[in-house]
Amino acid sequence: MKYIDDFRDGELACALGAAIHAEVRPEREYRLMEFCGGHTHAISRYGIADLLPPQLRLIHGPGCPVCVLPIGRIDQAIRLALEHRAILCSYGDTLRVPASDKLSLLRAKGRGADVRMVYSPLDALQVARANPGREVVFLAIGFETTTPPTAVAVKQAQAEGLRNFSLLCNHVLTPAAMHAILAAPGGVQLDGFVGPAHVSTVIGSAPYEPFARDYRKPVVIAGFEPLDVMRAIQMLIRQINDGRAEVENEFTRAVTPEGNLKAQALVAEVFELRNDFEWRGLGTVPASALKLRAEFTAFDAEARFGVPYAAVPDHKACECAAILRGEKRPEECRIFGTACTPDNPVGSCMVSSEGACAAHYTYGRFREAAPVTTTTSA
Amino acid sequence: MKSAHSRPLDLMNGHVDLSHGAGGRAMAQLIEDLFARELGNEFLAQGDDGARLPACAGALVMATDAHVVSPLFFPGGDIGCLSVHGTINDVAVMGARPLYLAASFVLEEGLPLADLARIVSSMAAAAREAGVPVVTGDTKVVERGKADGVFITTTGVGVCLDGVDVSGANARPGDAVLISGPLGDHGMAIMSVRENLAFDAPIVSDTAALHGIVAALLAAVPDTRVLRDPTRGGLAATLNEIAHQSGVGIVLDEAAIPVRPAVAAACELLGLDPLDIANEGRLIVVCPASSADRALAALRAHPLGRDAARIGDVIADDRHFVQMKTRFGGRRMVDWLAGDALPRIC
Repeated sequence: MKYIDDFRDGELACALGAAIHAEVRPEREYRLMEFCGGHTHAISRYGIADLLPPQLRLIHGPGCPVCVLPIGRIDQAIRLALEHRAILCSYGDTLRVPASDKLSLLRAKGRGADVRMVYSPLDALQVARANPGREVVFLAIGFETTTPPTAVAVKQAQAEGLRNFSLLCNHVLTPAAMHAILAAPGGVQLDGFVGPAHVSTVIGSAPYEPFARDYRKPVVIAGFEPLDVMRAIQMLIRQINDGRAEVENEFTRAVTPEGNLKAQALVAEVFELRNDFEWRGLGTVPASALKLRAEFTAFDAEARFGVPYAAVPDHKACECAAILRGEKRPEECRIFGTACTPDNPVGSCMVSSEGACAAHYTYGRFREAAPVTTTTSA
Repeated sequence: MKSAHSRPLDLMNGHVDLSHGAGGRAMAQLIEDLFARELGNEFLAQGDDGARLPACAGALVMATDAHVVSPLFFPGGDIGCLSVHGTINDVAVMGARPLYLAASFVLEEGLPLADLARIVSSMAAAAREAGVPVVTGDTKVVERGKADGVFITTTGVGVCLDGVDVSGANARPGDAVLISGPLGDHGMAIMSVRENLAFDAPIVSDTAALHGIVAALLAAVPDTRVLRDPTRGGLAATLNEIAHQSGVGIVLDEAAIPVRPAVAAACELLGLDPLDIANEGRLIVVCPASSADRALAALRAHPLGRDAARIGDVIADDRHFVQMKTRFGGRRMVDWLAGDALPRIC
């Protein structure tokens, strides 16, 4: 795969790993948070940890859209599907997130709800066109990357006069979550951020300036390929060693300082800030999520069906909240790999492949147990 | 003698209706004019409720497989040939020579008879090519909406090859792991024609009967320990099964695992791992490391094994993990797939 394999080159990785080993100061620890689930996934899938020195501690951040969705939000979607008999469309991973009453959207489907997996909000729009007699709700989730396509779908629905399409809007904002992590009293100690990849293509690099300026935390925006991640780590180590705190951009092939202005304008036209929003793990964060503007209220499923959000506590033993704040590692959760596995997730971090628990379970859990005894093979 | 059902079966424009499964003349006509004509052999010609088969020497192997693939026709095959290959392969990887097949059809009311004819004809061609006749069968029809076109269950019987002892429980530390060809072709060929996902890629299903390559391999390497065809769940699921059954670990070398560029690119686009994707004509071989070169040569000498590769080793590991040295230089686990990324693949 041209242009992709180049960013997965083993020889370059080995050389970069050696350079990082040479640059870290042996006496100190480097605590870096990769904000995005996409980075968490790449780190686990390519085994990047094997190429890094032990002084480096990678802390998984909350940038996994499925993970940060609180139970109450899934409950709303299930109510729409089961009680209001709407066709509920969403992305694949969302369907498996555990909700109240031992339900998930997938289990609700088993009970007769019409739940459909889609790859894009435009697929949901197509479902609405094909089923004019039914209500079709798109459970919209995600950070700034997935918001513009949702805005396109809403505008398209308005232009077509589609009256049976609406949105359960859960779009959230990256900088607000980074603020919440840094401002939390007694929160996780960080030396810097591996900054978002796809999110930054939309919002640009400028919104991260306050983290460098006000919190003195270096941010290096990185692509999702493994060499991107390693290069960003090297750039962060250099900033930390130099005592600098700047926003740097490793992902220059896709990210500009101002971002995608067209996408931003589109989002601003359709959405506005919510006063606050409850995140799994981060709690209620002010100005951290979006809702439809007044002129698009007709497409707001919460208003149309009267299904208000109600907070629901997480499972008692589940450590997703602390893991999303970077305070705990997946393997420190009591039910990790026992009661909670990707096949039977208890918490949201075990659902999506971008979730810290699922990534560690699927790709990394061999690291915890005793080293493997290899036998000689001829 | 004049046939009782004088109007011929309309294979051009007709559709399956409930009478085709009701036991009356319509059903008899469907069997006679389509199934018997296409699949015909001396055993089917007995015309009884079952087939009387000659005695054979050796232990018998029996396997059954239901096929519900969607869509019914895909690049490189269709549910007809798939249902023949799938069961032949289940018998073959037991170290057996497949002898006979039974086929059971569940048809949905409204299925175009032209589609059914194409499917049965493809099935007949696959059975002829494999030399494994369909000796008995059954047909049922369900109301529209109660099935999806056609479901086909096939059952195969075979006889164990002399001196061969293959089982998923036989892998031992030090053994070599081989694969007969590139991974993921079948699953991605199906994905490429799914309604909501159609993409234009030159990917063709690998569906094929494996008993020929299995026989060639076992002749060259009779001490082969494990044979498996990595269907649903792909290489990842099958190797995890072997690791658990045998109580061992497996270490793969990602750089050695063959995947076609088009399959790799399609997986990349859809966020899938080629190791999780179904195959219908690939063979996993575990054999003593000392026999690995001979096994590889035997596989590569067969048309279905030209791209065979040695991809890993069996190790001692009481956690029975499948691990992989990544091309990038790190290590990771290769776990079973959680959930079902690709439903209705075979």
